[in-house]
Amino acid sequence: MITGNFWADVILKVVIVLVAMLTMALVAIYAELKVMAHMQHRIGPYYAGGRWGWAQPLADAVKFIQKEDLVPNGADAPVFKAAPYIVVASTLATFVVIPFSPNLVARDLDLGAFFLLAVSSLTTLGVLMAGWSSANKYSLMGGLRAAAQLIAYELPLVLTVVAVVVQAGTMSLIGIVEAQAAPVEIFGMSISLPFLIKGQIVSFVIFLVASVAELSRIPFDMPIAESELTMGYLTEYSSLRFTMFFLGEYAAMISMSAIAATLFLGGYWFPWLSDEALVWLGPFILIGKIAVMVFFMLWIRSTWPRLREDQLQDLAWRWLIPISLANLLVIAFFKVVVF
Amino acid sequence: MRVSQDKRIRFPFIGLFKGMAFTFKYMFKPVPTTMYPQVQEIPVPRARGVIALHVDNCTSCMLCARECPDWCIYIEGHKEEQPPSKPGGRVRKASVLDRFEIDYSLCMYCGICVEVCPFDALFWSPEYEYSSYEVADLIHGKTRLSDWLQTVPEPPALEPHPEEAP
Repeated sequence: MITGNFWADVILKVVIVLVAMLTMALVAIYAELKVMAHMQHRIGPYYAGGRWGWAQPLADAVKFIQKEDLVPNGADAPVFKAAPYIVVASTLATFVVIPFSPNLVARDLDLGAFFLLAVSSLTTLGVLMAGWSSANKYSLMGGLRAAAQLIAYELPLVLTVVAVVVQAGTMSLIGIVEAQAAPVEIFGMSISLPFLIKGQIVSFVIFLVASVAELSRIPFDMPIAESELTMGYLTEYSSLRFTMFFLGEYAAMISMSAIAATLFLGGYWFPWLSDEALVWLGPFILIGKIAVMVFFMLWIRSTWPRLREDQLQDLAWRWLIPISLANLLVIAFFKVVVF
Repeated sequence: MRVSQDKRIRFPFIGLFKGMAFTFKYMFKPVPTTMYPQVQEIPVPRARGVIALHVDNCTSCMLCARECPDWCIYIEGHKEEQPPSKPGGRVRKASVLDRFEIDYSLCMYCGICVEVCPFDALFWSPEYEYSSYEVADLIHGKTRLSDWLQTVPEPPALEPHPEEAP
């Protein structure tokens, strides 16, 4: 409760999450333009905004919005129009439970991790709706590929999150962060370690791969592969709805990075900082960790080629799921028997 | 895992990380872009920028127009009678060029017209700043093509004459 009135609180929280998310998404778009450009030996945006092209994402957004909002003739109009909002809303909903500091969290649900997985899977529904309702073969193929890919990679994602939940002993995200902040005895020293170092390295790698696949970004961007499917399920979208998908992709990138940072890198917690300092520095620490994760995603995007569709399914079903199952087994064994 | 036959690949996926190291290294290297409107790049002397026309050499033989893959050269001409060179001689005819236009919106700078011209009427010039706001302005007429002639660099000197064979 911030203001005392329930509805005023709700509106305040929604506005804060929206503004913070969209700002971070725009920063992520700008970072992608610049980082990818320099990795590819280019300059990237240079003139927009006067210096370093900082206004390029804003200019892009204005350009997209100016276009005509088209609905194809054979399209299923209500579904077609609703799809982008479902994608964006499901992404924004993940930020309800992500803690930015010990008390800066929209709602600390007891089933936080479960809520995260459930809500982020809704994106698949939006993508399928877009692909199915567009009345376009490219869109349909893109939607089918997206469905197959998202279902395949949802499993290792869930299994790695379950591994973390087993080790932490709670599904509340604040509880998970506190479990990482709690000191452990190693070689006689009492130190705090994030789950990444406390035995979750395999989970972290699988989570990274699966989350990049969930976001359908290169090297897992088969659903929107330009050279084969034009733009996949995005083919028929224009104007504001395309902008929603576009922003939704980058917002999803940030929310996935935030989840990874919270589950494996300690969230708002940082070593050698007292609890009072974490209240104020927590948001910046979490944003810093998000930035590291986002940079990693941009890095692999500008480096690796796209996987073929069968290789993609191969990787998920034959490698990631068995490994993550074995990993879950090992972590459960250590949790129950050793500690 | 499929084992590669290539003996150079020792570890699986090592290439992925080599690529990542490569792109990370390049992120901090200076970018070789020339900031064009502020900084002008100087093309090499024999760059294929624009085609210049030497009107006096042209006989409107149409070879260039026929060989042009894009058909972007338009030529019109007629014959005029010239006075005989000797008094009482035969009346001679000379061809006069009425229209010679190159449509640079179609031209693909292959240089076949320059190659094929039997009378050395077409030359490459390295000038490249003739973009315009209207497509029609990219059709260069006889006068404009003649003006480009001033920018044509001197052809490379001939090789020194070899010794006469004994």
